[in-house]
Amino acid sequence: VTRVVVAGAGSIGSLLAAHLARVADVTVLTRREEHARSLEEEGLHVSGRAEFTARVRATADPAALPDAELAILACKGTDLEPLAARLEGRLPGATVMTVQNGLGAEEIVAAHGGWPILSAVTFMSGTRHGDTRVEYVLDTATWVGPYRGTGEADARRVAALIKSSGLQAEGFPDLRPAQWSKLIFNATVNGVAALTALPHDFHFAQTEELSHLGHLVRDLVDEGKAVASAAGVDLHDDPWEMNVLATQRGHRHYPSMLEDVEARRPTELEQINGALVREARRLGVPVPLQTALYRLVKAREASYSE
Amino acid sequence: VNVCVVGTGAVGSLFAASLSLLGDVEVWAYDLAQEHVDAINRDGLRLSGAGEVLGRPRATSDADDLPPCEFGIVATKAMHTEAAIAATAHAFAGGCVATVQNGLGNEETIAGHVERVIRGTTFPAGRLLEPGHVQWDVKGDTTLGPYDERTPLTEVERLADACTRAGLPAHAVEDARGPQWRKVIFNASTNPIGALTGLTHGRVCERPDLRTLVSGLVDEGKSVAAAQGIELDADPEELIDHAARRDVAYDHKASMLQDVEARRQTEVDYLNGGIVRFGQEHGVPTPLNAAIWALVKGLEAAWT
Repeated sequence: VTRVVVAGAGSIGSLLAAHLARVADVTVLTRREEHARSLEEEGLHVSGRAEFTARVRATADPAALPDAELAILACKGTDLEPLAARLEGRLPGATVMTVQNGLGAEEIVAAHGGWPILSAVTFMSGTRHGDTRVEYVLDTATWVGPYRGTGEADARRVAALIKSSGLQAEGFPDLRPAQWSKLIFNATVNGVAALTALPHDFHFAQTEELSHLGHLVRDLVDEGKAVASAAGVDLHDDPWEMNVLATQRGHRHYPSMLEDVEARRPTELEQINGALVREARRLGVPVPLQTALYRLVKAREASYSE
Repeated sequence: VNVCVVGTGAVGSLFAASLSLLGDVEVWAYDLAQEHVDAINRDGLRLSGAGEVLGRPRATSDADDLPPCEFGIVATKAMHTEAAIAATAHAFAGGCVATVQNGLGNEETIAGHVERVIRGTTFPAGRLLEPGHVQWDVKGDTTLGPYDERTPLTEVERLADACTRAGLPAHAVEDARGPQWRKVIFNASTNPIGALTGLTHGRVCERPDLRTLVSGLVDEGKSVAAAQGIELDADPEELIDHAARRDVAYDHKASMLQDVEARRQTEVDYLNGGIVRFGQEHGVPTPLNAAIWALVKGLEAAWT
């Protein structure tokens, strides 16, 4: 049996840990002692698209982790740096996989150890209902690609493992086309949702009137595509089409950035919009609208202290 | 002289109460809020704060009560202009109607119902405390000018003179677009930024990245004004920096932020939306104003 560590038990980490526990030996690394205890005692209950309770091991102490073949770092982008630091010197036999939104997660992990690294983006979504309960909402895929010391075969193997656990996954020879599609999609949809308080619904694709949001969404996507093209990335999916498709599914998804803003938590703005704006500047591509969006959400975070 | 103030929120009340003090002017106040109308007819219309006034306009919520008037002063929020002027236009068949509202497009809407229109921009401000009672926060000037050649300047001067005598200093000018666009650019470049971020005017301006965004919005507005041959009477940038001072309006929450917090429809269609529409007409691109317009419309859509 494959041994897997899932570090971070938010909605994505919980969904991965619970499903993988059906086909692998899973240990969850939590931040809070009490969270680890509840997981060990009650297991992890999944509802929604699947209905089951998974037995997992859990600890809040990195020193207590067993060595594993695969470690999935599933925390929020803003928490990755301290998590990678806690894992320094641990998990010597593991391949580490990042699933954070935006850009730069792999570099952060690489700076804390020599592990082989896989890079992943996930389109699935869930809602946490407490420490041991997670609802599986969108059963869209997780995409995996090589980053450092790994190859396409490793990516496919991990994707196959995830798939065998009941989730959707696919391995790629190069993740950047998919990663950038999602980056542009997230920078646009999450930023607009955070500022308007709109869930990702039909408004994002509406273009009949001059003031409709679809125009802005398309213009933001076009800016992102120009940056991707300057970076030499051939996008896997057109982010505008991803947007239209998602709004047609009829499920009003609340992007995490909107949930963060409403709960007055720090958002993944730097990892997503900040990363895109910095790449654009590095490559000399003007992105005035994305820059405005970035500044507005940044200021919105600053208003928490008003 | 009969004058009818259409819409007696804070600004309309300043005009209605002040003008009613003049011996040669009979003031009518038209408003849909029956409580406010009843209070005015019972106890008069009281202003406190920057000036203490007890005016006695005749108030009504029924446009059929209005006599023929030589002047109208429209002071509703911009989204109510069409309904307000459609209901009252019959009273102004032989008169001139001035707008002292925020934003762009009110003159055009009024001109769809009455012949002679006066473009106006006013700076005094206040807030309704209770029916029949308005807090007068800030004094300020009003600039009035003919909307087009159908409005004689002599009529504009008569109205300006009445306002000035009533304690609301007003100037009649040939082209009143300069002050109007200065105020619109100021409001369009700052109000929605406050509304979207939750920051007060001063905190918006002290963040260099946001201040740059504000300047980007100002520049687009100035280009649209310039394309129409409008000369701004002051630089919006200076007014924005002035207002950001601790002793001026650092802590002021833009009216649009107040609207958003109270989940009221904002005037964004007539501010950023107006700049975008006039920009399109004159071939001037306004991508930032269009983006801000869409975001605030999105906010409004989120609670409707």
